[in-house]
Amino acid sequence: MPQTTPFHNCLKPYLETGIWKHWSGYLVAPRYQYSSTAEYYAIRNSVSLLDTSPLFKYRITGSKSLSFLQSVMVRDIAQCQPGEAQYTCWCDQNGFVLQDGVILRISEDEFWITSAEPSLRYFRSTAKKLSISDVKIDDMTRDFGILAVQGPHAFNVLSQLTDDAGDLNYFDLIQTKIDGCPVTISRTGFTGDLGYEVWIRSDHAEQVWHCLVDAGKGYNIIPIGLEALKMARVEAGLLLLDVDFHSSRFAWVDEKRETPVELGWSWMLRNLTHDPREFIGRAAIEKQISEKSNRWRTVGLSVDWHDYERVHLETGIMAPKHDLYCESTKSIYRRSDKEWDYAGYASSFMFSPILKKPIAIAKLPNDLAKPGTEVDIEISVIRKPHNVLATVQRMPFFDPARKTQRPEGGIT
Amino acid sequence: MKSDTQYDAIVIGGGHNGLINAAYLAKAGLKTIVLEQRPLVGGAAITEELIPGYKFTTFSYALSLLRPDIVQDLDLAAHGLMVLPMTNTFQPGFNGEYMLLGPNKDANFHEISRFSTEDAESYRDLSHLINRVCHALMPLVDSIPPNSISQDPADLAEMVQLNEYIDGLPSDIREMIQKFINCSAAEILDEYLESDLLKAQIASSGIIGTKAGPRSKESGLIWLFHKLGEYDGEQGEWGFHKNGNGGFTQVLARAVESFGGTIRTDCGAERVIYANGKSSGVLLQDGTELNAPVVVSALDPRRTFMQLVNPNDLPDDLVKHIRDFKFQGSASKVNFALSALPNFPGLDGRTDIFTGFTNVGPSIDFLEEAFADCQAGRFSRKPFIDCCIQSTVDPDMAPPGKHVMSCFVMYTPYHLADSDWDSERENLGDAVQACLEEFFPGFNKLVEHREIVTPLDIERVVGLSEGNIFAGEMFTPQMFLNRPAPGWNQYRTPIDGYYQCGSGTHPGGGVMGGAGKLAARKILNDFESITSL
Repeated sequence: MPQTTPFHNCLKPYLETGIWKHWSGYLVAPRYQYSSTAEYYAIRNSVSLLDTSPLFKYRITGSKSLSFLQSVMVRDIAQCQPGEAQYTCWCDQNGFVLQDGVILRISEDEFWITSAEPSLRYFRSTAKKLSISDVKIDDMTRDFGILAVQGPHAFNVLSQLTDDAGDLNYFDLIQTKIDGCPVTISRTGFTGDLGYEVWIRSDHAEQVWHCLVDAGKGYNIIPIGLEALKMARVEAGLLLLDVDFHSSRFAWVDEKRETPVELGWSWMLRNLTHDPREFIGRAAIEKQISEKSNRWRTVGLSVDWHDYERVHLETGIMAPKHDLYCESTKSIYRRSDKEWDYAGYASSFMFSPILKKPIAIAKLPNDLAKPGTEVDIEISVIRKPHNVLATVQRMPFFDPARKTQRPEGGIT
Repeated sequence: MKSDTQYDAIVIGGGHNGLINAAYLAKAGLKTIVLEQRPLVGGAAITEELIPGYKFTTFSYALSLLRPDIVQDLDLAAHGLMVLPMTNTFQPGFNGEYMLLGPNKDANFHEISRFSTEDAESYRDLSHLINRVCHALMPLVDSIPPNSISQDPADLAEMVQLNEYIDGLPSDIREMIQKFINCSAAEILDEYLESDLLKAQIASSGIIGTKAGPRSKESGLIWLFHKLGEYDGEQGEWGFHKNGNGGFTQVLARAVESFGGTIRTDCGAERVIYANGKSSGVLLQDGTELNAPVVVSALDPRRTFMQLVNPNDLPDDLVKHIRDFKFQGSASKVNFALSALPNFPGLDGRTDIFTGFTNVGPSIDFLEEAFADCQAGRFSRKPFIDCCIQSTVDPDMAPPGKHVMSCFVMYTPYHLADSDWDSERENLGDAVQACLEEFFPGFNKLVEHREIVTPLDIERVVGLSEGNIFAGEMFTPQMFLNRPAPGWNQYRTPIDGYYQCGSGTHPGGGVMGGAGKLAARKILNDFESITSL
């Protein structure tokens, strides 16, 4: 029997399609309405509610919690003050990524972390292995529900419920109350838009849900499913575990494993020279950087609309634009005299509703990874492969100023 | 360095076609200026905040037919393009009946089945056939049509090519095209459907903006034209632009400026300056002159040929065509600020029914009766109303909890037999409210403000002759090879360097931008020879 999240009873009435999917064993909706594009636009145009409660949630406390995380995480969590959050990843000894996640620094010695895969035993055994004793790792997965409130009007909704939302800069967090219920609000999300994530104790979940829905009525707030989220996350250039990369932990071969550099996360390593920490995988990562031995890079690809339309029109059909989101790989070829000169692949592909063209997240060798480089991406049109021009582009594809700006009406 | 009065191209009229035309010209490196007589660009595609917090799409109210290549060519996404899908179409009927169609074809099947199981199936066949027709015609929409009266070998060859293309289409598609050209929407629908409510919903596409009833033979082509509207690959799908259609033309204005083009508002053009059959600039209403080898009129054919230049300088056959060109605007807008959403009995409290078009015109007879009033020279006592409550999709259109409702109203003939629009304006508003009250009891109590825009207002404010929203009727004799006149359907005019790019040229009306784009293609092709003259 699948589990249900603390918001399940609230969400059920919205499920026009009647379709539930499973996410880590919980019931979640791929889409509530018939059109996932309409739900997507709640993220870009109004405001959306997404139930992300199935994420694994851990609390890390104790006097050595900071040094534990410093030893495990690729980014230095000490750069993150209490009241701030950080997006990071953690690796194995070979520098291959195990997972990514967001860490909230609740106080000096208390951190909350979300992850897509179970990590309790991994964290506990790692602490033991590193002989870090005064650190305590608890599983809070079932204690909290999380609602992502995302969209240009997200602040207008939250600010009706608490005065504290206006204080939150990008990646800030605050512990406050909504309707008397304690909540933790972070200015984070997976949509690349203005947004917040609200941690709510499971027994208060329904109460806070109704507050958010009431506050959002005037802004056309709707719950959205995973399809809409995934469309937004590709535009935001955010990688998804088991789609754009796989955990090294369960990979069979190194070909399925990737390092932070190969995932396009070199920005996480920017301060490495001034960072004396010994974190797991550091030596391997440094070696790869100094030898430039990364096997590929993860880049954005922008598909040429005219070429995309041409290959379809020539076959006698309309170029499809709806429901193209695709997590199976598409091959990419070098544009050269040689035909079908395989170079890499796209791990995510979609038609961007806002950019009005297909975009992709792709793995390409170093010499093809520079922005502006032209490649061919293989598109299947009536069962036959066609090459379509695509250009390497820096991600995110869509990056509105409001994502990081102080919202209008916020406290300066 | 060229002076402030010297340009490569001057575009008269800052509607969407003028802006798109200017953006293409500026992108190609031409020093381009757009002249707009009003304080804001957009023409009939504007958004105005008439009362604080309430944004009205004064005239044009939805986006369709916008060519996808224009979006890419002009990088419109980077300038804020955001077309929000209109997911549902709601058709209230008599006695509490209704039909609600949405984005899911199986759900639509069951909805239509409530009226006729055969219709539910037939609707799919018809939709598929129409999609194939549209697909077949799209290359013609997206290219400059041939000159049908020229004896030039190149033009003759293009005509042969066109005929070969049409002849090469599958026979069922050719047959359907013939039907659209020669039959009324009602006639065609009778072959496929039995439900009057569904027929009325579809047939309304055949009368929009046109002095024709669903049983008039012109309605077939108008229906097809609206189905051609491609939005995100779904043929005939429409969308709201963020902040209304004015939001869209603001995007276009930013694109023009990003390519180095200039936009000058509050700047009316008096006439085109030309001598010896060649244009050299524009005389502004304030008496100053701007010079450019290329002058483009984005105004309608009447203004392009009868006002901006002296018709005596033009060939007689062209002048005759333009004099005979039918405008006869027959649609109005009534825009409301509402304190809350209307309520439909039986679907009480449902807000999702309003997230697209709400089509008040419950039967073919209802639409025909409305048209009969028009024929008699008066506005329809029971009008057909195409409603959009854009604030249900875009919360920025109205204050939280409040709504704006755009009502496209037919028929309202430009020429009233026994009255005039300044006397009838409020009466029209009352008739619309009475009709809405009938289908949405309690509607009157929700109205906080209303704005009535008659064909006369459209003409006065936007400049569209007789208030025709398409810059001229889209009847077969005024389309494609004949838009706006045979031989002058390729954006040129008899005056070298003087071009036309408005909706009165191919492919026609709607916020599609095809005319602006194709005219730019023609101009850029000609540019070298124009400047070397």
